[in-house]
Amino acid sequence: MNRFLWPLVGFALLVIVLTVGLRRAPDKSIIASPLIGKVAPTFDAPDLIDGTRRVSGVALKGQWYLLNVWGTWCVGCRAEHAALLAIHDEGRVSIIGLNWKDDDLAAIAWLAQLGNPYAAIGADRDGRIAIDWGVYGAPESFLVNPEGVVVEKQTGVMTPEIWRARFLTHLDSAAKAAP
Amino acid sequence: MLVELGHFALVLAMMMCAAQACFGLAGPALGKPHWQSVTFSAVAGQLLFVGLAATALIHAFISNDFSVLYVASNSNSALPTFYRVAAFWGAHEGSLLLWICVLCLWTVAVALRAHRLPPAFASRVLGVMGLVSFGFMLFTLATSNPFQRLVPGALDGRDLNPLLQDFALAVHPPILYAGYVGFTVGFAFACATLIEGRRGQEWARWMRPWTILSWAFLSCGIALGSWWAYYELGWGGYWFWDAVENASFMPWLLATALIHSLAVTDKRGLFKSWTLLLAIGTFSLSLLGTFLVRSGVLVSVHSFAADPARGVFILAFLVIVIGGALTLFAWRAPKLVSNAGFALLSRESMLLFNNILLVVATAVVFGGTLAPLIAETLGLGTLSVGPPYFAPSFMIPVLPLLTLLGLGIHARWRRGGLLHARQSLLIAAGAALLLAAAIGMGAYSSRSVLAWVGASLGLWLILSSLIDPIDRLRRKLSLPAAIMGMSIAHIGLGVFVLGVTLVETTTVERDVALRAGQGAQLAGYTFTYQGGESIAGPNYTGFRGHVLVTRGSKTVARLTPEKRSYWATGSVMTEAGISAGWNRDLFAALGEDVGAGAWSLRLQYRPLIRFIWFGALIMAIGGITTLFDRRYAPAVAPTTDTGTDVAAQRATP
Repeated sequence: MNRFLWPLVGFALLVIVLTVGLRRAPDKSIIASPLIGKVAPTFDAPDLIDGTRRVSGVALKGQWYLLNVWGTWCVGCRAEHAALLAIHDEGRVSIIGLNWKDDDLAAIAWLAQLGNPYAAIGADRDGRIAIDWGVYGAPESFLVNPEGVVVEKQTGVMTPEIWRARFLTHLDSAAKAAP
Repeated sequence: MLVELGHFALVLAMMMCAAQACFGLAGPALGKPHWQSVTFSAVAGQLLFVGLAATALIHAFISNDFSVLYVASNSNSALPTFYRVAAFWGAHEGSLLLWICVLCLWTVAVALRAHRLPPAFASRVLGVMGLVSFGFMLFTLATSNPFQRLVPGALDGRDLNPLLQDFALAVHPPILYAGYVGFTVGFAFACATLIEGRRGQEWARWMRPWTILSWAFLSCGIALGSWWAYYELGWGGYWFWDAVENASFMPWLLATALIHSLAVTDKRGLFKSWTLLLAIGTFSLSLLGTFLVRSGVLVSVHSFAADPARGVFILAFLVIVIGGALTLFAWRAPKLVSNAGFALLSRESMLLFNNILLVVATAVVFGGTLAPLIAETLGLGTLSVGPPYFAPSFMIPVLPLLTLLGLGIHARWRRGGLLHARQSLLIAAGAALLLAAAIGMGAYSSRSVLAWVGASLGLWLILSSLIDPIDRLRRKLSLPAAIMGMSIAHIGLGVFVLGVTLVETTTVERDVALRAGQGAQLAGYTFTYQGGESIAGPNYTGFRGHVLVTRGSKTVARLTPEKRSYWATGSVMTEAGISAGWNRDLFAALGEDVGAGAWSLRLQYRPLIRFIWFGALIMAIGGITTLFDRRYAPAVAPTTDTGTDVAAQRATP
């Protein structure tokens, strides 16, 4: 083949990638995570508020938790904050925050201003933990069961409707199974 | 009324571009020289109507016309006038109009210099540029009209994003766009060359100054953006390998390769098709950056409001423009063969290595930026890529690039060999290694190997770039602007490398909570918090802290970090207090009021951070210096430069 055609071929492949990306752009929220049904990635991060403590997946074994990836730079996170506060008040599950690629001081200011729904927050300053979790963009939330397996994931803003329809059902059926 | 006129003017400007494209391309193709002259009138018309459209939007901002949706979303009556003008490009719609304005100015500049080009060639160049302008205007009018009315009008505006209410960021987009958009010129020259199937190499000389000028603008633009991120985001970082930053960095890397490849084509007539491909590639990456930033396919810390409908339009535009150019390339480039040879250690092969390594570096950034999309397409799930990938991978091509650069600038054309400069090069290399060790271990007591390697490379670049100018001065030879510019630009790169290395390896940072009167130690300095007071700005209220920095008993700096709350948006911004020195920055940012009169503070000591932006500026100055070289003066006919005399052989960057 004519070697001068290669740039065109490469570009055509790129266009295919971009087209697929574009088709999925509006419904990023329904991309299933390959993590669902698998053991959650281990993580160990310094506590955002008390730097001497650490937040780790090992310590959370044996309880349900919702890992919520957020950052003060993320508009969607502000939008879902009220929903997270409501989940916190409901008291069914503790929310673990993962403060992603953020400034610690800005994050603490944000919580002081909007309220803190989190039981603990890990500071993922360089984004390494988010890479392990396959985070695409904040906000994202993962529901993890007592065995440490990811059972549900929301990519994008969490709403009370999504929480009731897709997340709470897992907690309800678990509660029924073990009365 | 003026707003509607502006809208209409933009429609007329689009018509002008259509005429410019049609007559510019069809005239030479059909052999109708009088059609070509219409192109120039169309360019004049484009300038007039684009100017009208821009004036209308600026007027709407200055007069607080909140019946315009874009003004209502991005301005506020309390916003100072300077920022009301800058709000013009504060969001997607206006920044597209800015893009159009800048492209219009580049078109006018090309038209003004067109008399130096063969008429048919100039006509084709303007035709291709008209096509690109047309696409952008259609995009703006169809999907992102800044003149859209808001009915009923708002009483007051939502205000400009507080992050953007800053001098550096207000002037950053025009400079960045001047670079980005300027690559359209090189692209148009490449397309015109391919259309004509030119066998010579004269087009390389025509294209060089435009490419270098755009590159210089882009260097300044990127540096300004990085400087802004440093003091405004309050994180103390200067580069985040974010998708938006990468979108501007990729064209810069490829343009750097293009500048060097153009030198070979201009001088020796080699790498012709490769140079044309780079010119197309550089422009394509600018367009691709626009697509990535505005379509919502990638998530970024600071991307524009995403809208997939815009994405579809830009993708179609990409396919037509880039796909068309690459088809033209596949069809015409095989005819551009050159048979000249060159030796292994010649300037040509050094520049070939330069190109390979720069393209690999671009590919590293490209791969990392697009990896999330590619993984998604292949069904591998979602992933995100950050500095842990970029920083080490980027070093793989860049370390050999910097090492070879010091040698390459001394290699001779054609036959090659470095023997003539062997002694000076050995001295420079030895001095760089020793000096780097002295700086790293002595001044910063750092034992990091990376610090030593990086500092050695930076010094190596600076010292080896000085060899040639010093040698010429000693032998009382003239110093042509091309050599001077090349040396300056490479010294700038060395300064930049020094800055990045020391900032990355020896920064010290602490987060502390201090009551008034309490102090904290950092890198030999004492930071004492002295209390603070409430402040009120034109469109915000806030708190200002006072931090006294002392070393021993000497006062070094008084920092005044601020925390501002903007009324209209309710957002809180951190203004860091920074004491800048040529060799270090002392940095304090206010965190939270932790009660009892105490505040949490972030303190940083960053050595040589100014070198990063200063180095980029020196690079840009170097680029601009080369534009004053005799070779671009109109009197010099291209054939006089045969490259036979030794001085000229070593002259060309």
